[in-house]
Amino acid sequence: MSDPAAGAPAGAPILPLACRGVTYAPEGQALVGPLTFRLEAGRRTVLMGPNGAGKSITLRLCHGLLTPTAGEVRWEGPAAAQAPRRQAMVFQRPVLLRRSALANVTYALAVRGVPRGERRVLAARALARTGLAALAGRSARLLSGGEQQRLALARAWALGPQVLFLDEPTANLDPAASRTVEEAVGAFHAAGVTVVLTTHDLGQAQRLADQVLFMHRGRLLEQTPADAFFTHARTPEARAFLRGELLV
Amino acid sequence: MNEMREAFRQALLLIGGADPHLVEIVALTAQVSLSAVALATALGLPLGAGLALFRFPGRRTAIVLVNALMGLPPVVAGLVVYLLLSRSGPLGDWGLLFTPAAMIVAQCVLVVPIIAALARQALEDLWAEYAEQLRSLGAGRLRAVPTLLWEARYTLVTGVLAGFGRAIAEVGAVLIVGGNIAHHTRVMTTAIALETSKGDLALALGLGILLIGLSVLVNASAQVMKGLTGEPRV
Amino acid sequence: MSLRRLSVLAALLLCFALPARAADTFITVASTTSTENSGLFADILPQFRRATGIEVRVVAQGTGQAIRTAMHGDADVLFVHHKASELKFVAEGYGVGRREVMYNDYVLVGPAADPAGVRGMTDVARAFAKVAATRAPFASRGDTSGTHKAELGIWQKAGVDLKAAAGAWYRETGSGMGATLNTAAGMDAYALADRGTWIAFRNKRDLRVLVEGDPLLFNQYGVILVNPKRFPHVKAAEGQRFIDWLVSREGQAAIAAFRVGGRQLFHPNAEATAARRGRGEMESRNPPRSHN
Repeated sequence: MSDPAAGAPAGAPILPLACRGVTYAPEGQALVGPLTFRLEAGRRTVLMGPNGAGKSITLRLCHGLLTPTAGEVRWEGPAAAQAPRRQAMVFQRPVLLRRSALANVTYALAVRGVPRGERRVLAARALARTGLAALAGRSARLLSGGEQQRLALARAWALGPQVLFLDEPTANLDPAASRTVEEAVGAFHAAGVTVVLTTHDLGQAQRLADQVLFMHRGRLLEQTPADAFFTHARTPEARAFLRGELLV
Repeated sequence: MNEMREAFRQALLLIGGADPHLVEIVALTAQVSLSAVALATALGLPLGAGLALFRFPGRRTAIVLVNALMGLPPVVAGLVVYLLLSRSGPLGDWGLLFTPAAMIVAQCVLVVPIIAALARQALEDLWAEYAEQLRSLGAGRLRAVPTLLWEARYTLVTGVLAGFGRAIAEVGAVLIVGGNIAHHTRVMTTAIALETSKGDLALALGLGILLIGLSVLVNASAQVMKGLTGEPRV
Repeated sequence: MSLRRLSVLAALLLCFALPARAADTFITVASTTSTENSGLFADILPQFRRATGIEVRVVAQGTGQAIRTAMHGDADVLFVHHKASELKFVAEGYGVGRREVMYNDYVLVGPAADPAGVRGMTDVARAFAKVAATRAPFASRGDTSGTHKAELGIWQKAGVDLKAAAGAWYRETGSGMGATLNTAAGMDAYALADRGTWIAFRNKRDLRVLVEGDPLLFNQYGVILVNPKRFPHVKAAEGQRFIDWLVSREGQAAIAAFRVGGRQLFHPNAEATAARRGRGEMESRNPPRSHN
């Protein structure tokens, strides 16, 4: 099991993740794919692209919330069988239960089978890590947008994942809240968690990315290290996107 | 109008006098309806959750059926239960006809669709909202059932209260399966029917006022409970 | 935590709901609403219980429904007031040992204004014919009860075709005696009622007794044990004790002693032995005239 106190996910790795020819075509028309790429451990990967490019669908395919209609999503690490329990996802709109902040985190631990006695301790630590200790007893639905997103991150932290997926985590937040969320993501990374996030915010991508996956119209156009991508992207679509043009 | 005034007077006399027959009838009413609702909740919540979260052939038909059964006429429910429990019926050997147990069964039949239909709608809406996050946390449909039931608790309590209202107000079912036997299966609604048929309209109305009072009491208690189990504010 | 407390409460309530008195002996008697509404059972059954320790649970329905309940085996004893149906019940093997217990009579009630002009008549069939002729509203029980069947018998004797009248001036309420009287009181209609229910009825409004005393209005009550050979679960011993008590001196006295507003409602007329039953039936066809 993982040791959330140190933040470092323990246990055998589940990465790398290999996607081969992954296609998602629920009603015949391919919304995404075929995609082929690999994700390695320890790097922060940012999926970029205009709206409708298929970034969110790709994220969900990787996390297992969607099943590809063709191709395969495979975890290739030694602990691949444990893959579902070693990941966490944070959504654009945080989905929180009608209970206290602390209870939201203990709930996630309960689903994982953590014994009752340990749950509160682990949850309290996770809240402290994201600066929410003072709000532990507050009803989660009454928190501000930024606080709610940090709570979602605390919940993910408590589970000690090896991979953290984030789908446009700061799209609805003001700059101050966005900053605190980015800092929390940084803390995950510092603890050794592999971060995969989608964003359409160029600045955020530049701040956070080690590697960029650029998508357009459901196809993966580039998989490039971040510096290289932002200075001289290879494809014309990526360059147009970086210039701020509307990609059709 | 005279009768209304007389009815209120009778109601006050009844309450003040604490007539033992009346106490017996009120106690039985509460026992039967509360038991029926408790049983119906135990059956209806899982049924509603199952219909909301799981996909299976005939699901939509089942939903239509459950919704339609909310309008099941009590007297029809009573007839069906009577035919089942009669000595000449399949379950006659249980000897349940003309007992409070039969009345609980009949009222349960009436209340389950209400609770199940409401639970189904509430949980279906919640699942649409929560499914991705819960599945991400590793909670599949089955594990999500208790979670969503708790999430929807305010709506579900309203459903339970609606069910209680139906149970305590109906007379057709309990009259047929209970037989309105004095000191044994006479509840407030059947007592009201009896007094009406004896022409004692003021007494019947008085009992009716008491019955409404009982319903108000139960609903008020539910409000208090809601306050106690509500979300933490600080 | 509170959920757990709730389930404990629910469980307790369920325990309450199942009868704790299952230890007492009891019998189920299918009888009529008219008998129940009069208050007779509330008066005499406690006496029977004191004497024998047996609790009597009365399911009060219309005569037709009561007989059907007994035919299903859902009662131990049948206690109704329509001789033809009772004899049929016994003949078809559903019941054994019919005894006559008591009688009361029917009365024709109607609005005090009496549009059909039947007040004081002694021939009820002729009175019915006059009601039909004036097309004054008549509320019938219409529910195959003993009262209903008696009423139909009188219409037949009066030679009135009811099919033409149904819904016009002849209104079938399909309900018990009290409900029918409520309806009659509400619409100033004539109705045939058993005197017991009538005396105890609290919503008379403008209705009055207009015709009484005709032998056709005689109403005999009979009690029958549901056949234990046909329904083995029937509590034959206790049921028979109830029947024996009803026709015994104590039971008959209890029936005679029952009064409402100072008036005796039911007249005990059980015959002591089977041998005398034949003569009893002769007498029951010609009842004494003036009884209140």
